[in-house]
Amino acid sequence: MSTRKWIRAARCEDIPLREGRAVHLGSRVIAIFNLGDRFLAVANQCPHRSGPLGDGIVSGGMVVCPLHAWKVDLESGQVARPADVASCVETFRARVEDGDVLVETPLGPEQECGVSAPPSLDEREAICAG
Amino acid sequence: MNPLENTSRQEKLVVVGNGMAGIACVEQILRHSPKFDITIFGNETYVNYNRIMLSAVLAGEKSIDDIILNGLDWYEQNHIDLRLGVRITDVDAAAKTITGDDGSVTHFDKLLLATGSQPLIPSIDDVKKDGVFVFRNLDDTRSLLERARPGLKAVVIGGGLLGLEAARGLQVRGCEVTVVHLMDWLMERQLDSAGGGYLAAEMNRMGITVLLGLSTSAILGNGKVEGVQFKGGGTLPAELVVIAAGIRPNVDLGHKAGLEVKRGIVVNDYMETSNPDIFAVGECVQHNGICYGLIAPLLEQGKVLAATITGNKGLKYQGTVPAAKLKIMGVDVFSAGEINDKIDGSEVIRYEDPTLGVYKKLTLKDGRLAGAILMGDTADSHRYMDWLRSATDITKIRKQLLFPDAGEDGGLDVAQMADGDTVCGCMGVSKGTIINAIHEKGLCTMAQLKECTRASTGCGSCTSLCQQLLKAVAPEFQEETKKVICKCVPFAEDNLREILRSQNLKSVQEVLEIYGNSQGCEVCKPALSYMLDMLWCGGHQEDRSARFINDRVHANIQKDGTFSVVPRIRGGVTSPDELRRIADVAEKYKVPMVKITGSQRIDLLGVKKADLPKVWADLGMPSGQAYTKGVRMVKTCVGTEFCRYGVQDSTSAGVELERRLENLFTPHKVKMGAVGCPRNCAEATVKDIGLIGQEGSWQVVVGGAAGKKVRKADLLITVVTTEEALTAAQLFFQYYRENANYLERTYDFVERLGIEKVRKETVYATDEVREALLERLRKSKALSRDAWLERDEPKHPTQFVQIEPLERISV
Repeated sequence: MSTRKWIRAARCEDIPLREGRAVHLGSRVIAIFNLGDRFLAVANQCPHRSGPLGDGIVSGGMVVCPLHAWKVDLESGQVARPADVASCVETFRARVEDGDVLVETPLGPEQECGVSAPPSLDEREAICAG
Repeated sequence: MNPLENTSRQEKLVVVGNGMAGIACVEQILRHSPKFDITIFGNETYVNYNRIMLSAVLAGEKSIDDIILNGLDWYEQNHIDLRLGVRITDVDAAAKTITGDDGSVTHFDKLLLATGSQPLIPSIDDVKKDGVFVFRNLDDTRSLLERARPGLKAVVIGGGLLGLEAARGLQVRGCEVTVVHLMDWLMERQLDSAGGGYLAAEMNRMGITVLLGLSTSAILGNGKVEGVQFKGGGTLPAELVVIAAGIRPNVDLGHKAGLEVKRGIVVNDYMETSNPDIFAVGECVQHNGICYGLIAPLLEQGKVLAATITGNKGLKYQGTVPAAKLKIMGVDVFSAGEINDKIDGSEVIRYEDPTLGVYKKLTLKDGRLAGAILMGDTADSHRYMDWLRSATDITKIRKQLLFPDAGEDGGLDVAQMADGDTVCGCMGVSKGTIINAIHEKGLCTMAQLKECTRASTGCGSCTSLCQQLLKAVAPEFQEETKKVICKCVPFAEDNLREILRSQNLKSVQEVLEIYGNSQGCEVCKPALSYMLDMLWCGGHQEDRSARFINDRVHANIQKDGTFSVVPRIRGGVTSPDELRRIADVAEKYKVPMVKITGSQRIDLLGVKKADLPKVWADLGMPSGQAYTKGVRMVKTCVGTEFCRYGVQDSTSAGVELERRLENLFTPHKVKMGAVGCPRNCAEATVKDIGLIGQEGSWQVVVGGAAGKKVRKADLLITVVTTEEALTAAQLFFQYYRENANYLERTYDFVERLGIEKVRKETVYATDEVREALLERLRKSKALSRDAWLERDEPKHPTQFVQIEPLERISV
C-alpha cells in the first residue's frame, strides 16, 4: 500500500477557467482542471494513446483528449467515449487552500486502473500541417 | 374577358378568414372545379402562413418567409380576389351580404366562415398593460421579437403547447422565463401527471422555471407591467407577460348570421351549418360536440366541406383522433388519442427511464390502441398514429408494443407502410400519393415535395419520413443538409448566425448558457468560437478554453504531445538569411525533424510547448497558421520572373494574396495556389482558391481539392488585371467565411450551393453587396494579428509555461 500526501501543486490562478494544466508531481504528470466551482485532477495520460488530457477541451465535467477525441469523466476517471471501452485514468483528490490547489499524490508507483484500451479504434481525422 | 359577364355566370364564394383552415379548404375546392368566383377576406395583413410554425419564428429557427404557405402569386393564378386587413363585422343572411370594417358590403352566393379562434384571456385584473402580449399571429410574434432581449424577465401564463413553445422562444432570445400554469402538471390535456413531470424537468434543464397550480389574479405595474400576482397573494416580477391560456372560437359572425352556435358554430358531418348557403370550417366550428384546435382535423374538415360545397356531397367528416407534438427542438413530446386511462376496460403499458428522460405510456382498449404518450423518444409516433387511425388489432404484437420492430432502415419502416397509410397527418397525405407525385412530377427535393403534395408543411414531424420516401423512390434524390451544430446547441448554423448577430452575443459561454446546455463540447465550442470571430470581424470576446489546443498555443499537437512549428513563407519564397535562422533554431532546440511540406514551407517537428515562444522569437518569422482552420498558404510557381513559359507574375500575385488574407480564420483550412501559366505547376486547379495565369488574363477558380477528396476547382470568373483577380479571390474568401458551416471545406461548400449561386452572390453581385463583403473582410483583417506575437503578450500567464509544484515532493 502506498502512502499519499497532499502536495501544493499550483496556484489557483495558474489554471484558467474551464482549462487544464499539467504539473509534474514526483514521477507523475497530473492534469489539474479548473471547473469554476472546483478543481479536479487526473493522470495527464489518455488511456488510449497517452494523449495529454490537460490540453483537452472541457465539456461539463468531462475532458476531450486532443489526440483522438476520447472523452474522460474527470470525477470518476472513466472513459465515456467510445462507449464500449471500459478503461479509466487515475484520479486524484484535489482541494483549494489559501489560493493554492492541493493534490493528494500517492508516493508509491503508479496505479493500474481498469482494463487497457482495445487496439483497433476509430480515430478522428488527424489535423495535418502543411 | 368581361369581368361582369364572368361574375354573372359564376357563383360567388366569399371566404371570411385567410388562415390555414380556410385556405386549405379553398385549395380543395379548386381541385373539384373552378366554378366559383372567389373572394377572401383576411383581417391580418399577411398572405396565408403556417400558424403552427410561429413558435419556430420566435425561436429563430425559421424566418417569416419560411412559413408562408401561399404567396400572392397563388391567389393571382387562381383568380382569387384577396382583401387583406379587412375585418368582417356583419352578416346579413337574408340579403346574402357581409359588411367589412372598411364599410364595404359584399354579396355572396355561398359564404364560408373560417374565422378561427382568438386567445382566451382568463379573468385577470388590470390585464391591459404595456408589456402584456398574446401569441396568436404574426404581429404578436413580431411584437415579442421586438421586446425580447437577454436578461428580460418574462412570465408566460399557461403551460400548454403554445405557452411552452412561447416560453422556449423567449428563452432562446435570452429572456429569463417562468411558466405559470393553473393545473398540477404541464400540458394536462395531452399528458398524464408522470409525463407532465418529465416535461417540467426538461423545461428546468433548459433553464425555464415552471410554477404549477398557480392562478394568476392580477398584472402589477403602473401602465407598464412590473409583475404578476397570484391568487393567495404571492407575486413574481415580470417585464413581459405572455398569456397563452387557451383559445376561444370566433363565433360572432355565426350569431349574426343566425346560425346554430354553441361553443363553436355547429356543423354536421357534411360541414353544413343550419343555413344551406353558409358553411364553416376550422377552429370556429363545433362538430359532434368538439371544437378542434389542432391542424389535422381542420384539414380533414376542409376536404369534406369542399366536396359538399361543390355539389359532390357524400364525403363525411367523422371526427379526428387528436394528436399533438411539442415543437421545441431537443424536447420530444408526442401525445395522441385518449390519454385518460381511468375509462372502464382500458389497460396501460408503461416504460420509463428517468436517467435518459424517456417515458412511454400506451392506453389500450378492446385489443386496440386508444392513446399514446411519448416523452424523450418519439421515433415511433407515426406508427402509433396509424394504429390509432386505423384501429389496428394489436393483440398479436402486444409484446413489441413499446418497442416496435425497427425496419431495416433503423426505425422508420417506410418500406413496411402500406400505400394507403398516412405519412403526413396534418395535410392528410398518404404514402401512395407521395410516391405517385415523385414518379409523375420527377420530384427530387423536399422543397419540391412540399410544394407539390403539401406533405410536411404542417407541424413538420413527418419530415424524416418524407425524406426517406424521397430517398427510396426518387432516382435523383437531393438531400437538403441543415444539420444542427451538436446536441449542446441544437441549432442549424445559419439560424444561429442570425440569432447571435441580432442578440449581439460575443462570447461562447454566453451563447452556451442562453441557447445551449451551458456546457458545450469539443464540437460546438470551436464552431462557436469561429462563428463569433467571423460575425464580429474579430471584435468578439476570445475564450481560449473554447479553442482546440492548437489554437491555444498556435502550434500543431503531435502524437507524443509535442508540437510542430511552421513559419509563414509567403508564396514559398524564402531567403538565405531565413533559411539560416531556421537551421539555427532547429539545432538550438534539438528539433527532431525538419521537413519540407507539400505547401512549399518548412516544418519543425517535435517542439516542446514551453519552447514555443522562444522558437518563434528566434525564428523572427510570423505564424504560418498550419495548425488551425485558417489561411494556410498560397503555393506559387516562378511565373514570369524566371520561367520561360510564364505569362503572368504568379509569384508576386501569390505573395500578395497571402499577405492580404493571412492571420484570418475560416470555417476550415484554406489552401491556395497561383500559377503563371496553364501548365499549373503549383496545382492551383485543386486548391480552395486558385489563380491561373493565361495570356492577358487570370482565371480565378474555387472549390478545388486534392486531399481525402479530389475535385477540380470551378471557374469563378476570368479577369484581366491582377488586382481584379485578387479582389475576386477576396470576395469568395469572405463569402465562404460568412456562409459555410464550420468544418465545411470550400469544395463541399461550392458543391452544396452550386457555383452559379456563388458567382451571383460574389463577383456578379451588386456593387453594394460586393463592397460590403470587402468591407467586412477589411475590418476583420484590421483586427487580426500574427498569433505568434503572443510570445511577448501571452493570453494567460501559464499559456506556454510548464507549472512547477509549489513544494518539493520527495519520492
